[in-house]
Amino acid sequence: MSREENAERLSEIMRDIFDLEDLEYHDSLKADDVEGWDSLSHLRFLIAVEKEFGFRFTSGEIDGFKNVGEMLDVVVHRATR
Amino acid sequence: MNSPFGMPWLLPAPVDFKTRAKTLVNSASPDEAEVRRLAAFTLDLSELDTLGKIVRRQKEFLVAKAGFTPVKLGIVASHTIDYLAAALPGTGLRHNLAVDIVLAGYGQAAQELLDPGSGFASQRLDCVLLAFDYRALGLSSVCLKTDDADEAVSAAINYVSSMAAGVRNIIKATCILQTLVPPSDPLFGSFDARISGSPRAMVEKFNARLLQEVVLENDLVVDVAFLANKVGLDSWNDTRGWHKAKLPASLDATPLYADHVCRLLGSARGKARKCLVLDLDNTLWGGVIGDDGLDGIALGQNSAVGEAHVALQRFLLDLRRRGVILAVCSKNEDATARIPFRHHPEMVLKEDHIAVFVANWSDKANNLREIAATLNIGTDSLVFLDDNPVEREQVRQTLPEVAVPELTEDPADYISLLANAGYFEAIGLSEEDIVRADFYQADAERVSLQKVGNLEEYLHSLQMVATITPFNAVGRVRIAQLINKSNQFNLTTRRYSESEVEAIENDPSKFCLQVRLADRFGDNGMISVIIFDKAHAEWSCDTWLMSCRVLGRRVEELVLAMVAEEARDAGAKRLKGTYVPTKKNGLVVEHFAKLGFTRTGDLPDGGTTWELDLAGYIAPELPMLILRPNDPGCVNDVA
Repeated sequence: MSREENAERLSEIMRDIFDLEDLEYHDSLKADDVEGWDSLSHLRFLIAVEKEFGFRFTSGEIDGFKNVGEMLDVVVHRATR
Repeated sequence: MNSPFGMPWLLPAPVDFKTRAKTLVNSASPDEAEVRRLAAFTLDLSELDTLGKIVRRQKEFLVAKAGFTPVKLGIVASHTIDYLAAALPGTGLRHNLAVDIVLAGYGQAAQELLDPGSGFASQRLDCVLLAFDYRALGLSSVCLKTDDADEAVSAAINYVSSMAAGVRNIIKATCILQTLVPPSDPLFGSFDARISGSPRAMVEKFNARLLQEVVLENDLVVDVAFLANKVGLDSWNDTRGWHKAKLPASLDATPLYADHVCRLLGSARGKARKCLVLDLDNTLWGGVIGDDGLDGIALGQNSAVGEAHVALQRFLLDLRRRGVILAVCSKNEDATARIPFRHHPEMVLKEDHIAVFVANWSDKANNLREIAATLNIGTDSLVFLDDNPVEREQVRQTLPEVAVPELTEDPADYISLLANAGYFEAIGLSEEDIVRADFYQADAERVSLQKVGNLEEYLHSLQMVATITPFNAVGRVRIAQLINKSNQFNLTTRRYSESEVEAIENDPSKFCLQVRLADRFGDNGMISVIIFDKAHAEWSCDTWLMSCRVLGRRVEELVLAMVAEEARDAGAKRLKGTYVPTKKNGLVVEHFAKLGFTRTGDLPDGGTTWELDLAGYIAPELPMLILRPNDPGCVNDVA
């Protein structure tokens, strides 16, 4: 699956979790840019991504994301579905 | 599908859930049935969050118009509890509650609970949940000496005990405690079970001591340890989440955990279900009695299907023994439906166990209404067990307030689905619970008997014995149950917790009565509760409620006679009463008028105020024997 296709799946999750129908994906998107993306919804987001893509982030990975682009890199690398 | 955190008795949420939930949240007049339908689905955290917004935005509507019971719950936790807090309002709707959450400041347990001037203390909370984690109570490191282990457990117990005392005495709310979930990783291995200082052994010791030493009669307990064990400790515990955000458990556990908290809150508010309505063919036995005949149905006989149905019947009988009423609703000829009950040697349930037996060809929703009416309970007290998905769907659509567990194709799953759904969650066991099913049974017989003779004759034929006592410790559990459950014959619908009832009992400015009624069909148990505020010249009615089971038996006249006598002896001149209207108490709108009170005013909410001049009051003759065990000189037979 291409990076773009995975980006679309990721955005779909974000639209649902952060309750934003018009959210547009770009690599540099981060919590500060999205209303409703707080520390609580952040964890829900991580877990929803794990379910969608069928793998589990390591503690190091969840500490390290600076934006969704970095998360997408991990997803592309580790997704099992 | 087979998630360890699943709630398979609920249907999965439909794809348009969020759209439907948002429509409700933003609606000026939300559809009550739709609220109940949406809450009855399996919901994840984000869906619960959306649904929970209805409680925040539409609270007034839910409470005043739709019959949801408001609960203001404070939570004090040793860890991150925000996800649970976010899930509770949406989950509460499933249990007929409108839940408001107040979170204690993080790490502020003692400050919030022990200081009467704290923000928490000023919130007028109904209940406070004390949620602690073993890692925050100093039980996560091994103690190699027994003394050290005992000391560590004692320190944890003392801490939780003082927090619980703060909830009861300073916050003045119902205290909800939790058992601790043990760690899932062993230190020694099986030897952890044998050494008192292993974290697992210390947590188990803590839990045992919590239940014995800390929990008091009026407290509630969420057995989170059992829940985590059911789910599986490895799934429940989530080390990464603990390190990242001090999450006590996997986030996926939250909806299930929230459901367990809400069913307990619901039970404390009298919202637990009362009656289980059973389908027959392929539910109580395998096959169709009308087609397969007595020899053809699967029941016992060492077949897997037959034994599953027998096991289900045993479970149902146990439910009945603890106070759940059983009823039958079957599409059958009545005579055919009764054949297995009368003639099948492996039937565990007998006709005697069934309070209302309905077998006909009308639609089941109508029959359920009929059953509820016969038993004098609301349809929101019913659970409907039926193997047929079409019947389940029809009932869900028509009567969304009835709980309808989703079933699998395998009868071996029925017990688990029914037991784990928590419909009959209990917070205590009273004498009344144990004999309740029999009361309703006798009642259903009375309904048929009432068709003959005139009313006075009928009442005399019942050989009623009323026993009247002030509130006391023995009656307290049942008094609080009635105060929290009675909706129809309830003049003011004021709810008091068990501890508040105790306070009223000891308050010399209150006059209170509990009334029990027996008749030749059996003991109805406690059926009426009265609280009056005593002032010098006039006594005002705070609470007057009665079980609808004894409507039309002149118990209200008896109560008035008792109150009037006491008030007059105390020198009062008048009795005053108020009718506070709710969605459900239209039955008693004319209560005071019927008893001879004069209307003195109208209240803005549609309520009315009433007065009775004691000088002109004459006690009527009543068709019952009146016992007043606290007043041995005063056994008067008025009959």
